[in-house]
Amino acid sequence: MSHDHPHRHPPQVDHPEPTSHYEWLGVALNDLLIETGLYTADELREKITEVEAVEPSTHGARVVARAWVDEDYRARLLTDANTAVEELGSDSAATDLTVLENTPRIHNVVVCTLCSCYPRTLLGRPPTWYKSGAYRSRLVREPRTVLSEFGTMLPDDVQVRVHDSTAELRYLVLPLRPYGTDGWTEERLAELVTRDSMIGVTTASTP
Amino acid sequence: MTAPEARENHPLPRFRVGDRVQIDARDEAQHHRVPAYAKGQIGTIAKVCGEHEEPERIAFGTQHALRRLYRVRLHQTDLWPGYDGLSADTLDIDIFDHWLRPA
Amino acid sequence: MSADSADRIGPHDLGGLAAGPVERAEHDPAYWESQVDAMVMLMRDKGVMIDPAQLRRGIESLGPDVYEKLSYYERWAASAALNAIEQGLVTQVELDARIEAMRRARDDGA
Repeated sequence: MSHDHPHRHPPQVDHPEPTSHYEWLGVALNDLLIETGLYTADELREKITEVEAVEPSTHGARVVARAWVDEDYRARLLTDANTAVEELGSDSAATDLTVLENTPRIHNVVVCTLCSCYPRTLLGRPPTWYKSGAYRSRLVREPRTVLSEFGTMLPDDVQVRVHDSTAELRYLVLPLRPYGTDGWTEERLAELVTRDSMIGVTTASTP
Repeated sequence: MTAPEARENHPLPRFRVGDRVQIDARDEAQHHRVPAYAKGQIGTIAKVCGEHEEPERIAFGTQHALRRLYRVRLHQTDLWPGYDGLSADTLDIDIFDHWLRPA
Repeated sequence: MSADSADRIGPHDLGGLAAGPVERAEHDPAYWESQVDAMVMLMRDKGVMIDPAQLRRGIESLGPDVYEKLSYYERWAASAALNAIEQGLVTQVELDARIEAMRRARDDGA
């Protein structure tokens, strides 16, 4: 078996390297900002860890499940979401959160047509499709068609309410509690609450 | 550097929930947050929100101006010719006071 | 766009445009993307970009050609660099030199 003589080591599978100029620009800027002392390499690592610790299942879904079982919490969540999510351990400092309640007659769905504003403190990083040109272009204009592409067919008497996050308010959809879940624990209910249902492109999962 | 939080407008909101408003259609060279589809549209105030930094001013990080924000509700059938949903379908968008006038 | 809409406010103003199906395949961010993401947040925390408007304005200033060619985090990187240069934290010369040095180090198997 012949051996190559590589000029360089192969890229680490879990740390793919920058390839384009702008990708290099990003890592070079980071390197320089650490060097100039704006922040440390440890702070960067901690920030990545902090960001990746926020998952829809542990943050947003718990808020929804609590609202499903506790009417008082639901009322607080709809009036002052920032305070209500703090009760369950989510950080509200960075955002001004509004929770949009789906009802049997109203289905809410969220987009940021101008960039990608997203309730990161509840849902983590947005999925690529949320940031895509296609979603940002089409959701405002043909929400029902886009929802159907996500497998969501709404009854004819349900009004669709699109929210374009153009300012510093962040929106989380409170999906309808599925039928057949009477007496379920919050933990079990939270498993039905998908990220996509909290964006509004789907409903919550059914048992 | 410190910058004063300039209170440019009346301390009380100009609009209330239910008021009919028109979103300005003016050209604006600076960074702003009014999409083309919304410019010139007429809707109603769905919510009176808090005061936030005016995007046009804060875009360079140096000029602060708090402005009242409103959630404006538009009708999809007004926005899109041939809209294929319900006539009751709406689109809510967050617009600052300085882009709104009574309709 | 609606028939009598105003002009798009920039290459980022996409609401209402025709587009193809939403690509739903997801992928984890590359490590450099996580770095850029965290870097922008730290630039906020440390007072360099105190408002999201600063990052957005930088992205919008890239112009339509560049905007459309770059990926999401490439746009963030470009805007973060623009803001850092404007605020005197780094210079273009320093950035170019660092890019070159890092590329060379990679190529040398360092």
